[in-house]
Amino acid sequence: MATEATQGRLLLESGEFARAADVAEKIYTASQSRLVIMRLLRHRLAIVGMVVLILFYMTAILAPFLAPNDPYRYFDEYLYATPQLPRFRDDEVSSWRPFYYALERKRDPQTLKMTYQYNTAQRLYVLFFARGFPYKLFGVIPTDIHLISGQEGAPLFLFGTDALGRDLFARNIYATRISLTVGLVGVALTFVLGCTLGGLSGYYGGTVDMVIQRIIEFLMSIPMLPLWMALSAALPREWSQLQIYFAITIILAIAGWTGLARVVRGKLISLRNSDYVTAAVLSGVTDGKIILRHLLPGFASYLIVHVTLAIPGMILGETALSYLGLGLQPPSISWGVLLSDAQNVKSIAVYPWIMLPGLFVIAVVLAFNFLGDGLRDAADPYKED
Amino acid sequence: MTQYIARRLTFMVVSLFAISFVAFVIIELPPGDYLTLYINQLTIRGERVDEARIESLKAEYGYGQPFMVRYYKWISGIVLRGDFGRSLQWREPVSVLIMRRLPVTVLISTMTIIFTYLVAIPIGIYSATHQYSITDYIVMMFGFIGLATPSFLLAMFLMYYLYTQFGVPPGGLFSDQYRDAAWSLGKVIDLGKHLIVPIMVTGMAGTAGGIRGLRATLLDELWMDYVETARVKGLSETRLVLKYPVRVALNPMFSTVGHVLPAIVSGATIVDVVLNLPTVGPLLLGSLRSQDMYLAGSLVFILTFLTLVGVFISDIVLVIADPRIRYE
Repeated sequence: MATEATQGRLLLESGEFARAADVAEKIYTASQSRLVIMRLLRHRLAIVGMVVLILFYMTAILAPFLAPNDPYRYFDEYLYATPQLPRFRDDEVSSWRPFYYALERKRDPQTLKMTYQYNTAQRLYVLFFARGFPYKLFGVIPTDIHLISGQEGAPLFLFGTDALGRDLFARNIYATRISLTVGLVGVALTFVLGCTLGGLSGYYGGTVDMVIQRIIEFLMSIPMLPLWMALSAALPREWSQLQIYFAITIILAIAGWTGLARVVRGKLISLRNSDYVTAAVLSGVTDGKIILRHLLPGFASYLIVHVTLAIPGMILGETALSYLGLGLQPPSISWGVLLSDAQNVKSIAVYPWIMLPGLFVIAVVLAFNFLGDGLRDAADPYKED
Repeated sequence: MTQYIARRLTFMVVSLFAISFVAFVIIELPPGDYLTLYINQLTIRGERVDEARIESLKAEYGYGQPFMVRYYKWISGIVLRGDFGRSLQWREPVSVLIMRRLPVTVLISTMTIIFTYLVAIPIGIYSATHQYSITDYIVMMFGFIGLATPSFLLAMFLMYYLYTQFGVPPGGLFSDQYRDAAWSLGKVIDLGKHLIVPIMVTGMAGTAGGIRGLRATLLDELWMDYVETARVKGLSETRLVLKYPVRVALNPMFSTVGHVLPAIVSGATIVDVVLNLPTVGPLLLGSLRSQDMYLAGSLVFILTFLTLVGVFISDIVLVIADPRIRYE
């Protein structure tokens, strides 16, 4: 991707000085945010991360439309059904329309365990925009159209089914809703905590600073997972799904704010003695307003970087807790909840597709890290590289 | 020096006090109280529970008295008599249960820290001195993925791989023939073999982070004037790099032990659950699931206690190794 800066350099080298000057002026007069965006777009991995995240969040919004089956429905004839991958051709048929094979149940005569085999004689075409279970698009528009679905009487399970015969593709898609928002809600909390406590610490200094710094040091030097586990295990059993969800984000935020508070404090200490702050104090502006209006915007880009890099930690925390059975509980669906079925090595070995949510977790965390790294480089667009 | 150690020591003691308080809150959080459950359990087992026994139990646990009194009874029991209370689920004193599993837990965490540095340092140096080489790119890619993959998922994937390839469910510390055998060289080697997977899995994120950090600081250091000077004077490249910039670059790495150790303890807790090792991790999970709160609270307390002591020791070692840290 040729950005204005590289374009300018190329023009200079090829002797087109007039146009090079044009481009140079465009950079010179560009606003701060424009420069940040230009810099970010040059970071290829950050773009990849951003695209992946957009896709994931779109999935979360459009979950019911993308899911071929109701994620809560028990297909009791298909327990632990094998994933059916749609295909365009096999030995006999080649088609532009994707098709899948119907599943045939067989009971193993020795172990009496149910196994599923593809019936390669029975090719079924994948239906697009067909009618299925009813839902409300964006929570308002009632409809029953789904992007893909299987034929009547032969449901399509892209990722197979779980022990109770529920469609794992649909469940993985629905899981994005909780797994991806836990990070956002948690980070919003850490943001408030981190800015407030870091702000107090940096702006006032003295005893306040000392106490807050010791608290941060304390929180940073204790292993968080055992504490998280204990706190989430102590949540009242009778709480609703929503209450548990918010309680978990609060528990995760307890540890998350410390890093941000340190960033805020460091920046405030370096900025609080600058002339424009003194001017604001002399004009009688209140402390809170100085911090919020004059100091925080000065390093907002660093805050955004920090927040982006803090989200994956939250997602991993929720996944770990739910995996252990201490976080969100069924009927909530998150990747961690889905993974909690994958604790037994014997069932993983026979039904490896129950590990799939793990790959999505890794993909999302990687995407956030790539984007965060790109943002970090872009946060200071005047820095030479 | 003495002042620094005194300051760290004070911080550790205050932290311990804070975490003991948190641990006691955890013990008291679930609805229903320990004593009622304990008496129920005794009755179910058919033991006669007379009034005098109930009264003495009530006095022992400070039943019906204010929170601070109960807390004092609990903490003084630990400090003065090493008494952590009783586990309802296991019907044993908590201290006995913990001591049975603690040595292995400490062993794994210590080995993991050593592993992290043994692997991260050479790779980090190589990666920085061979910047933009294919190896460097591979290492950076590993760094990214290593940091993004939660250790328990890696443990799960590895377990799947090992099980489907070799057909043995991983887990445990010893092979069958050594389980009840006396300690011998063979048993130690067997233990080592079983520990490789948990140590690698638990240490992965720390290793990846260490490599990235070392590489970044070393890259800044490699083109400093003092390095150029030594190079111009004809010092061999290997000696030059190892003698000066690497030593500078290692400092920030060692001074982050305080952050690496808590992460390793956290990671080991869940990895050991996945790999089914007899450490305190699975014990903690089990106690939380069955609301065995004296055990759970004590485990949180002990794990944090050990981490704080570990961080304290590393602080002292650091200040001896690098006197500049004192002034930070």
